[in-house]
Amino acid sequence: MPSLTNAINPPSFDSVQIGDQLPALQLPPVNRAMLALFAGASGDHNPMHIDIDAARRAGFADVFAQGMLGMAWIARLITDWAPQSTLRRFDVRFLGITHLGNAMCCAGRVVEKLEYGGEPCLRIELHSANQFGQTKIVGEALVALP
Amino acid sequence: MIDKKWIGHELPVSVIQIERSRLRFFAKATGDTRALYTDPATAREAGFSDLPAPPTFLFAAELDSGANDQLLAALNIPITKLLHGEQGFTYHRTACAGDTVTVRSIISDIYEKKNGALEFVVKTSRAHNQHDELVAELRSVLVCRH
Repeated sequence: MPSLTNAINPPSFDSVQIGDQLPALQLPPVNRAMLALFAGASGDHNPMHIDIDAARRAGFADVFAQGMLGMAWIARLITDWAPQSTLRRFDVRFLGITHLGNAMCCAGRVVEKLEYGGEPCLRIELHSANQFGQTKIVGEALVALP
Repeated sequence: MIDKKWIGHELPVSVIQIERSRLRFFAKATGDTRALYTDPATAREAGFSDLPAPPTFLFAAELDSGANDQLLAALNIPITKLLHGEQGFTYHRTACAGDTVTVRSIISDIYEKKNGALEFVVKTSRAHNQHDELVAELRSVLVCRH
């Protein structure tokens, strides 16, 4: 049986306690190069994220991060902790615009053990905030750890 | 006002070939240096057929195909007024490099808040692989700000 995990020491369902925190993921401050790279890699070519002239014409002070970049970072938080093959659901709400210079920290906490789709799952509350404590994304994931 | 007649509208089908080079680009763009997401041998050791597409990757399908742009044009939502409100994924199996994923979406709801200052479009999608196996379901809430 091959290991299905990328985490070095993946937790087991029984070892996890309600209230456990996932190891936080600290990102570097958002810069323009990141936004350009993510535009290309994600297929989101919306100029609001990569063209300051277009962003200003639309009434924004500057370009801002793609929401899906923030979600991809939270996905890294989850799959650093639990193998991707155990991820069953991943839902987020975007609460605010992530600006240039924002250094996002992604965090997660186990809040419930429940049954989903006939298997035991953990519900994880997720959250990302910048260095000023402003929350940009909230969400939750269901993970079926063995 | 976005015409509610679009509720039930089916988007053109989008087909995305999952390619190693694109997944490596996505990993770079999201700051992900883990071998699982960049090295096929490591991915195979972990039980995947090839590099796994990370949890949010399939959102690219309708950006690449142009289906997303066509939808915005049809609904008369200028890209300058578009925000991403919510995003959700339900996972059934992991798509890997070498897979071809077909995404079919429908507009499942349109509603407004704050007396029409914000309009919401809910899109639900199903993604199948080349074996016609369900890979994931997606739910997107797009916001048009006025």
